[in-house]
Amino acid sequence: MKLFIFAQFFKFILTSGLLLAVGLCVWLVLAYKPPAAWTEAEKAVINTLFLASLPPLPVDRSNAASTDIRAVEMGHALFFDSRLSVNQQISCATCHRPELRFTDGLDKARALGKSRRNTPSIVGLAYSPWLYWDGRRDSLWAQALSPLEDPQEQGNNRMAIARLVTEDVEYSQQYQAIFGELPDFSDRSRFPENAGPELKSEWYAAWVEMEKDDQVLVNQTFANVGKAIAAYERILLPAPSRFDAYVQSLVSKESENSRDIFSNDEIKGLRLFIGEARCIECHNGPLLTNFEFHNTGIISYPGDLPDRGRVDGVREVRRDPFNCQGLYSDQEPEQCLELIHAREGVELIGALKTPSLRNLKETAPYMHKGQIRTLAETLNHYNTAPFAMIGHNEAEEILGMLSFELNQLEAFLGTLQSPIDVDARWLEPPQ
Amino acid sequence: MLKNFLSFTLLLLLQTNPAVVAAQQNGENVWLSEDELFQVSYESQLNPIIINQIHGWKLHVMNAEGNAVSDAVITVKGGMPEHNHGLATAPSIEASGDGNYLLQGLRFHMMGYWELELSVSQGSISDTVIITLDL
Repeated sequence: MKLFIFAQFFKFILTSGLLLAVGLCVWLVLAYKPPAAWTEAEKAVINTLFLASLPPLPVDRSNAASTDIRAVEMGHALFFDSRLSVNQQISCATCHRPELRFTDGLDKARALGKSRRNTPSIVGLAYSPWLYWDGRRDSLWAQALSPLEDPQEQGNNRMAIARLVTEDVEYSQQYQAIFGELPDFSDRSRFPENAGPELKSEWYAAWVEMEKDDQVLVNQTFANVGKAIAAYERILLPAPSRFDAYVQSLVSKESENSRDIFSNDEIKGLRLFIGEARCIECHNGPLLTNFEFHNTGIISYPGDLPDRGRVDGVREVRRDPFNCQGLYSDQEPEQCLELIHAREGVELIGALKTPSLRNLKETAPYMHKGQIRTLAETLNHYNTAPFAMIGHNEAEEILGMLSFELNQLEAFLGTLQSPIDVDARWLEPPQ
Repeated sequence: MLKNFLSFTLLLLLQTNPAVVAAQQNGENVWLSEDELFQVSYESQLNPIIINQIHGWKLHVMNAEGNAVSDAVITVKGGMPEHNHGLATAPSIEASGDGNYLLQGLRFHMMGYWELELSVSQGSISDTVIITLDL
């Protein structure tokens, strides 16, 4: 009897060992076998992600100064100028730090207070028809105005900012060269010290006391401050990455060299990215984003209600006085195609804008409130496709990728690092 | 096993099949409506059509006899049936005379198979044209 039990036990150990060995061999073959050569169809898809395929920067017709180098210079100075904040200590660059690809490394931005969401990168944003995670602004310049008056960010008011531009000798000269005559804000009976709509009560009270025409003069000057900042932000574009060097080699006759540029894991990660992992569905084009709004079931930030996202953003952008169809836009209202044709509806509940995947290393933590700290956790999120807390998770299919495949994807994403494609002087305050 | 196979076959048959829709295409870039009451052709402002760029199409609508239809009311919706989502934008259509219509505000935000469904009404008759694209 004992012999029989021993024999059974020995058989069990042997079978288990054999199965384990076979499993290990399959695992090793899958993980380490050399990647297959790219098909022509795959190469065509990869080429759509190539930075050299990026179309020319679209002209922002709502901002007549967007390509004016003088506006770029003025915007550069304004971007780094902490006098724009109510306490004179916070500039745009406080949260949009050049060394972190214009993000801040925090879950939610911190300036005067704690902001609602994560600081997005500005690099390549001039291609986006919508600004903010929920697209509540429709141009770089309209976006640039919002933090200036946000009590959690720079906390200032448009009257004070308009006056700063008037009283600063350099700004006033730059302004007049770009935008024409500066209004005279010296009459305190018409133009109080501080004023602005929807701000703290005494500023709001001062604003509603002002004549409508005077409010328009202040708004105009304030809008032009945004337009100069936008002109600077427009030049912040990504330089080619190692991925782009790989594609260059792949599409040219030097394809033999491509193996020296990418490791096997990076090649396999790219294959997963354009195929089985379905990342390319939203992270498409040379900036690896479609700048569109999707609900991907990101868990709520601790203590916050689930974010309603685009469903609120689209309503806010329609009533923004600085939108493309507003009085301060340089575009003909009927030409504001994105705004006119912006969609609404339940599909947008909990939907937030797809970010670029270029330079992920510097732009952590991820998601609209920095809920996910690492790339590995991000990939795991999409692999398991959890239910959305609000609305419907569009990426509902469980991908079921194996751990070595997730590592390969992460390896590929690491090849998208690159500097910003401008002279270093634009990445620090003007001298 | 057999049950699974049958379910899978049924699923395949029920899914929108691009080949079937494409068969309704009547000649080069002329799309026939489901009940063959209208024919629609289009010319895109973007050629080739690329993703992530808002643009318009010029539509030309004819009746079954090939005569231009200028007084139709056309609405549009669309999406990616394989992904179960709609368009990224809310396009609009306006008549511009001689059977021509301007479809504005299209932006395709993903690569792959798209369907655009045009509901065409003229007086008491109405029909649907499905235009397919592979981007």
